[in-house]
Amino acid sequence: MDAVTFFIQTMNGIQYGLLLFLVASGLTLIFGIMGVINIAHGSFYMIGAYLAWSLMGWLGNFWLGLFVGIVVAFLLGLILEWLFIRFLYDRDHLQQVLVTYGLILIFSELRSVIWGDDVHSVAIPALLDGSIQLTDNLAYPVYRLWLSGICVVIAILMFLGIQHTRLGMMIRAGESDREMTKALGINIGLVYRFIFALGVSLAAFSGMIAAPISSIFPGMGGQILIVSFVVVVIGGLGSIKGAMVAALLVGLIDTFGKVMTLNIFGVNIFPEMAGMSIFTLMAVILLFRPQGIFGKEY
Amino acid sequence: MSNTLMSVTDLHSHYGLSHVLHGVTLEIKRGETVALMGRNGMGKTTLIKCLMGLVPFSSGDIRFREQDAKSLPTHMLARTGVAYVPEGRGIFKNLTVKENLLLAARLGFEGRREWTFDRVLDSFPRLKERLTHGGQQLSGGEQQMLSIGRALLTNPDLLLLDEATEGLAPLIAQEIWSIINVIKKSGISTLIVDKNFKALSKISDRCAVMVKGEIVFDDISSKLIGKPEALKSWLGV
Repeated sequence: MDAVTFFIQTMNGIQYGLLLFLVASGLTLIFGIMGVINIAHGSFYMIGAYLAWSLMGWLGNFWLGLFVGIVVAFLLGLILEWLFIRFLYDRDHLQQVLVTYGLILIFSELRSVIWGDDVHSVAIPALLDGSIQLTDNLAYPVYRLWLSGICVVIAILMFLGIQHTRLGMMIRAGESDREMTKALGINIGLVYRFIFALGVSLAAFSGMIAAPISSIFPGMGGQILIVSFVVVVIGGLGSIKGAMVAALLVGLIDTFGKVMTLNIFGVNIFPEMAGMSIFTLMAVILLFRPQGIFGKEY
Repeated sequence: MSNTLMSVTDLHSHYGLSHVLHGVTLEIKRGETVALMGRNGMGKTTLIKCLMGLVPFSSGDIRFREQDAKSLPTHMLARTGVAYVPEGRGIFKNLTVKENLLLAARLGFEGRREWTFDRVLDSFPRLKERLTHGGQQLSGGEQQMLSIGRALLTNPDLLLLDEATEGLAPLIAQEIWSIINVIKKSGISTLIVDKNFKALSKISDRCAVMVKGEIVFDDISSKLIGKPEALKSWLGV
């Protein structure tokens, strides 16, 4: 592998990792703050991608579609929290998994009814439809750069929001002592509703911006859910910082696993076993740190 | 305007299968400091949590400022003027001292603003030195000061103080008692639970003694001191 290919694959790995972070951060936030295991999180990614396909088709504009999609996803999050999730805060994890699994089935069926079972794709917006020439025959697409950039901006905003805003203070307080937060006059239910809707929007947004570089297909929610859980478990449940580190690790390992060739004693490790690489990583990390890299010990 | 700030009538509470409160009736007047006494497990903390809306109760009535308060959620009770210093202090460990205070700061009933960030720091100079420290770095005494200061910043009319000086060194406890005295003088009603019978009976206007989920005595503090035998069986002092 030459230096330019290595560079391109590194960029791809980082870009995939950053996208994973956006999905996983919602998952880990909802778990860390509300204590809810939401396995329907992947469905929101899938819904985002299909929304992008519909909206960008109707409105004829990527950016307008993106904006409307975020608003729709946020409203969907508010409604779902009010209808289902708020009843789960004091329930055990099994019940949370059962309810959110029910949501997966509902969304999968709704997707089939509304959008059908076909595979679709979305065009890259004209503004970002170019590539940067690296060598005579290797180039890096501008859209992927933009995607990485927007993920970094959102990650920074999230860190700042949690550390330096009043809402962030409420979130951290609620995480530390829910009863006391209420006793100071803070409507923690409203804070939770907002956080859940924010998590849904993040997942849907990820699905929307991933749509132009990956195909839109029925099983995409389940696929991203599994990888996101790997990220959350490696990073440590509830830790945003952990989600970031783990997402980048997983993104890079997965990407390089698919392009590297590694042969030990005549057995092809990469790329043949690339599909296992991130799960192997998870197993190894859990062996030494059961709580994840940045997780709290239980 | 009635002189009663909070009144509790025939309150019953169950914790799983056990019946914790057996018809508690208690009244707290405006500006009054009421001591809530009793041995461990008699239902003091449960009563306080009921008043803060943190524990559901099966029957009975709670009125605050002559309004029905029994169906108000905790955050609404807090906004109408009830503040809470829990057993174990309830400090947000992942927030700094300053954030703990700023999060609580709000105007009181009818826009009152007697307690400000600066006034709380003046009352607890120790906290001033520790503003940027995390909640988990504080000593027990500092945590209690922070918890009380935080409650005062909500500009309450009624302060519920569970285990005011539990686990604190005598000198620190003294500091807490003197701040409770300041709170008393500022006209805030308080309901205090503490193990220190002497300090508590001195500072309070009235004593309520709980035995097995019932109030068995409710009168001015001096009358309780004149009942050594009852004191022994009720409180073990």
